[in-house]
Amino acid sequence: MATVEHPQKTAWWNNAHNRALLFQILLAIGVSVFFAFIANNTIHNLEQRGISTGFAFLKQKAGFGILQHLIPYTENDTYGRTFIVGLLNTILVSVLGIICATIIGFIVGVARLSSNWLVSKLAGIYIETFRNLPLLLQIFFWYFAVLQALPSPRNSLHIGEKFFLNIRGVYLPNPIFEQGFGWVEGAFILAVLATIILKRWASKRQEQTGEQFPVLWTATGLILILPTIAYFATGGPISWEYPVLKGFNFQGGITIIPELAALLIALSVYTASLIAEIVRSGILSVSHGQTEAAEALGLRPGKTLRLVIIPQAMRVIIPQMTSQYLNLVKNSSLATAIGYPDLVAVFAGTTLNQTGQAIEVIAMTMAVYLTISLIISYFMNWYNARSQLRER
Amino acid sequence: MKKLSFIMVAVFFMISASLASASTLEEVQKRDVLQCGVSTGLPGFSNPDEKGNWTGLDVDACRAVAAAVLHDANKVKFIPLTAKERFTALQSGEIDILSRNTTWTLTRDTSLGLNFTHTDYYDGQGFMVSKKLGVKSAKELDGAAICIQAGTTTELNLADYFKQNNMKYQAVVFDTSDQSVKGFEAGRCDVLTSDQSQLYGLRIKLAKPEDAVVLPEIISKEPLGPVVRQGDDGWFNIVKWSMFAMINAEEMGVTSKNVDEMKKSTDPNIRRLLGLEGIKGKGMNLSDDWAYQIIKQVGNYGEMFERNVGLGSPLKIKRGLNALWNKGGIQYAPPIR
Ligand SMILES: N[C@@H](CCC(=O)N[C@@H](CS)C(=O)NCC(=O)O)C(=O)O
Repeated sequence: MATVEHPQKTAWWNNAHNRALLFQILLAIGVSVFFAFIANNTIHNLEQRGISTGFAFLKQKAGFGILQHLIPYTENDTYGRTFIVGLLNTILVSVLGIICATIIGFIVGVARLSSNWLVSKLAGIYIETFRNLPLLLQIFFWYFAVLQALPSPRNSLHIGEKFFLNIRGVYLPNPIFEQGFGWVEGAFILAVLATIILKRWASKRQEQTGEQFPVLWTATGLILILPTIAYFATGGPISWEYPVLKGFNFQGGITIIPELAALLIALSVYTASLIAEIVRSGILSVSHGQTEAAEALGLRPGKTLRLVIIPQAMRVIIPQMTSQYLNLVKNSSLATAIGYPDLVAVFAGTTLNQTGQAIEVIAMTMAVYLTISLIISYFMNWYNARSQLRER
Repeated sequence: MKKLSFIMVAVFFMISASLASASTLEEVQKRDVLQCGVSTGLPGFSNPDEKGNWTGLDVDACRAVAAAVLHDANKVKFIPLTAKERFTALQSGEIDILSRNTTWTLTRDTSLGLNFTHTDYYDGQGFMVSKKLGVKSAKELDGAAICIQAGTTTELNLADYFKQNNMKYQAVVFDTSDQSVKGFEAGRCDVLTSDQSQLYGLRIKLAKPEDAVVLPEIISKEPLGPVVRQGDDGWFNIVKWSMFAMINAEEMGVTSKNVDEMKKSTDPNIRRLLGLEGIKGKGMNLSDDWAYQIIKQVGNYGEMFERNVGLGSPLKIKRGLNALWNKGGIQYAPPIR
């Protein structure tokens, strides 16, 4: 038997796999060296120019006041804490903005397609107006228009002696939870759990028998009534701290500053005008045959929209929505123009200026926006994957 | 724009291998125009008039340098900066001088890579309130909402002062003085605080200036003056001595009107100032008539003061601390010899 000659062994660097690996490693080394060089050079240059470097400043005392802080903060806290305070303020306005913009956007988007001429025209005007004006202008408009319209603290608009509205903001009673409130919370959780079970049971029953059960109404009833019963059974374990006018301003209670209100309105109204267009195009992308089929099955228009059109439109809507959400978060940094203390105003503004450590501060700030953006994209991708058509 | 300039600094520090070698003086002469960082608009200090010409004390400080270096006080490009942007702009080389009512502090002088040259205005922080509040003293401001500008010493002094006096306040922080003035006018805050001279300047911007009063308290020291980059001693000297020349001129009675006549003076001090004898401009690599040009084109310190913020201006600020040392103030310049 003739022995098969083994083909000559190729040198390891001629192996395609090894070669690719080698190039990857070389590239990685190259990139690392490049960045190390840049970092080193930067530090060297800054030091040579007598500019402080490093992150030690985060532990130093900040010494300035911040208008709105979701966690306790005083002038005695550190620059590090100003970072957290600013970050939370950014997250607050972004989350509220995303919720409001989505709600308004959906309503306007659907209204734009309404067969009612007036409704659809109004929605059209809304979209064209707010989409085409620069956002910064809108922020100024809401801020100064709102400010001009509101009375001074002494002449506040009020409901009883409990709610006040003036140029310094909205003042609400602050709930103070006393002993026994745990029961109310417990009742609420119970109601939510009951709702989930009910929903499961109702879907199953509908699948098997075709009979429908009014889940929405029952759930609303449960969630409202159970905690209320618990509240009265435990003798009303909430007391309220009311705002009172002391000297120049109201003290006590919860304050919503006008800067937050103006920024939130501007961001929501503006982004909603873009979302409305996305919703409209999403709905239009669902072929008309779907509507006809739903009608043929005897579904009423509301249900057709909710059960047939929107779920299919979502596949077109969600990816575009992601970029609107990202824009909203980034646009929230315009806060600095009207004095809302967001991350950029507080940390990349005052803290940067007082410490002079531009590179460190800006790097941290950019890292935050990057992280928030990645989280949003990640979440939206997950949601998108979930709402894709499951073909059966 | 602001973000861009931050990124510019970052890139600049990353790439530049060593200190830039060309001196600021050479660069300015080659460019034939001085780049001067000023405020976005503050009457008396740096403010564009209806025709877009910049006027003010800080503006004249730059014009003096341009007169000394380029023989023409008009060869200045003014670059408006907010309080937050100003140091970055200077660090990155976007401007040659920062002359923007900037307070000289230890941190700024030692950790930003910058040098303060000389105090051209001794100031202190004050408060402005609306008359109808009936407040007579800053001690009555407990609980007040206060409009301030981001990135200023004002922010820090305010916190210190209220803490020391056991008072509370709400800081409403804006980017530019225009916005803080608007906030104050709209009633968003009870108080506007800043360097006292600037309050007089900003008061003119109000629709009804007579409705606002500046309270008597001064709660801090705010020595304001031009700033340059660290590491260019020659340029530092030029900016510093341009101001000294103006102060010396006032002391010797040399003005923009009589400077030509004064050339005939036999007083050796005046002759040295006008470059007729002595070291002249050599040490600074300037022409011999550098100080003459400043005085001829911009005037002496007193003229500059009166014209911009003093009795000849809408601000009507008295000389006070800014009078010469032999007239009850603390403006004092080393001798020219
Ligand atoms: N001297 C203080 C304050 C400087 C400052 O920025 N003052 C405000 C007064 S409200 C100003 O000049 N604003 C003019 C502008 O916004 O450009 C400092 O150096 O930090």
